[in-house]
Amino acid sequence: MNLHEYQARALLKAAGIPMFEGDVASTPPEAEAVARRLGGTVVIKAQVHAGGRGKAGGVKLARNPAEAADLSAQILGMTIKGLTVQKVLVVPAAEIVTESYVGLIMDRDTQRPVFMVSSAGGVDIEEVAAKTPEKIVRLAVDPTYGLFPHQALELAFVLYRDFAQVKAAAKIMEQLYTAFVSNGASLAEINPLVTTPDGRVLALDAKVVIDDNELFWRPDLGVLRDDSAEEPSEAAARRANLTFIKLDGNVGCVVNGAGLAMATMDLVKYYGGEPANFLDIGGSSSPEKVINALKIITADPHVKAILFNIFGGITRTDDVANGIVAATSQFKVEVPIVIRLTGTNEVEAIRILEGVGMRALSDMDQAVEQVVQLARGAA
Amino acid sequence: MSIFVDRNTRLLVQGITGREGSFHSRQMLEYGTALVAGVTPGKGGQTFEGTVPVFNTVADAVGATGANTSVIYVPPMAAAAAIIEAADAGLPLIVCITEGIPVMHMSRAMPFVRSRGVRLIGPNCPGLIAPGARAKVGIIPGNICSPGRVGLVSRSGTLTYEVVNHLTRAGIGQSTCVGIGGDPIIGTNFIDCLRAFQEDAETDAIVMLGEIGGTDEQNAATFVKEHVTKPVVGFIAGQTAPKGRRMGHAGAIISGSSGTAEEKLAAFEAAGIAIMRRPVDVVQLLRSKM
Repeated sequence: MNLHEYQARALLKAAGIPMFEGDVASTPPEAEAVARRLGGTVVIKAQVHAGGRGKAGGVKLARNPAEAADLSAQILGMTIKGLTVQKVLVVPAAEIVTESYVGLIMDRDTQRPVFMVSSAGGVDIEEVAAKTPEKIVRLAVDPTYGLFPHQALELAFVLYRDFAQVKAAAKIMEQLYTAFVSNGASLAEINPLVTTPDGRVLALDAKVVIDDNELFWRPDLGVLRDDSAEEPSEAAARRANLTFIKLDGNVGCVVNGAGLAMATMDLVKYYGGEPANFLDIGGSSSPEKVINALKIITADPHVKAILFNIFGGITRTDDVANGIVAATSQFKVEVPIVIRLTGTNEVEAIRILEGVGMRALSDMDQAVEQVVQLARGAA
Repeated sequence: MSIFVDRNTRLLVQGITGREGSFHSRQMLEYGTALVAGVTPGKGGQTFEGTVPVFNTVADAVGATGANTSVIYVPPMAAAAAIIEAADAGLPLIVCITEGIPVMHMSRAMPFVRSRGVRLIGPNCPGLIAPGARAKVGIIPGNICSPGRVGLVSRSGTLTYEVVNHLTRAGIGQSTCVGIGGDPIIGTNFIDCLRAFQEDAETDAIVMLGEIGGTDEQNAATFVKEHVTKPVVGFIAGQTAPKGRRMGHAGAIISGSSGTAEEKLAAFEAAGIAIMRRPVDVVQLLRSKM
């Protein structure tokens, strides 16, 4: 789960990381009030889950509170990469001497939290990683022991020569590590970490991604989710315990299991179609899940045909068949449905479907070819 | 022969009295697996299905039954602790089926697992099955498998079933099918399985089912090039997946330009791995290589 910048700032601030004062605003008068409180020139930053906010016109400099109100009126409500800006962050336009990058990620290869620091901060770190990887220093932390003081110092020495700044940065490393671990983050980033003319070291921008698997037992983090920043159909699917990702094609897919769901999308493409979505109904699939899945998929006007691809293992194919029958009796599905099911209880499933005049195929390729043709015919 | 499990496997189930644990324990018993013990704290002294003794701790179960393999079905928040308990009891093989374990928990558990020198398969995996040995540890349906000489290793569950089903229908049996799991941090990776299949005298060819995200498949391809003499057939799921989105599996995510299907397929190609464009291609590719 991605956090907004203002939420990430709050988590890092709670861990003690020094930052410029600032606040979030949902309306121009609120932004004006924050700007007045801060005094001087401020930066108004759109709070959306999209990169390149600056280039899209979502970050602007305001010289006084009145201008803060005007500019936030422009930014609030604007659309950046399909997402509507609901909130802006107002922070002082600080005078900066240096900009560095400090990131902490959960690394798959080392299976540990890995620090990445670079004195080339403030820019797209992926670009730095691709073009000049030697400018990024990495350090894997053994989570059994945590970040050792000497490791924090080592990282800080990469960034600064002045020992007071080194000590300040080392403390920030330790605080960032604590925030990362205690919030179950998969990424925590300060970009840039800046120094000011009077020698202070502060975090200017923050990014935090929380591991979705933590949310179940961390309701305090779960409330940070911003439904409005998501595709509405994806938010609806999540509430129905379905894993759904909207795509641009016209073949709706309902599959059990993530690997098979991806392979199904790929096969749709192989046979000349375009998948409309990724949808995994999961292992123990109740009829209710199937009904919700069909509701979400049929709500997309681009969908011209729907494919069920179910390989019953834990999933009982008769549960899925019952779900399809229940859904199609509850609401009219206007587009053709192709059903492929095989595995656990398939004889019963086929009987259920045939009872309402539906057919089921047992071969995945045959089903995909058929649904692609139907979608093409309807398009 | 087979890899990791065989006729000497004596299985214990952590979470045997739970909904998932009991359902799959019955299936493992039906398949013929030597399921010798169950563990559910607080339920020690009970019996599962009238035959399998239940213990409070893994150490008790191992002491009383000589179990040498554990399979874990406990809920996500307790699963990493269950892995650590099994490792602490000295079980050489631990298979964790549980999906949804926080990555931070796994990051803490792995150094301990490694310090004990034990093998963990998973988490978030379907487990493994050796049809010739009638050893099923996990949730792979036994009825779609058949004994034979092809080794299969995969990141996913149902996609594995799809491919195994094609093999069995075509009369191509399997020595062992291993699901290594779809999480970012897993105990056993492709290379571990490739090495074991290469060394297994009763495996003639290997099928590898990968997916987008991470670099495990690329590393495996390099390993194949340098160390595997048996024919390898490979598949990558997620060629149509968008960037930056988690495709169900926590590990199936393209970050930046890394972990794409193109990158992985290119690595396969460079290593001489025959590429399946569709799951069904496995049959024809294996026939042409064996």
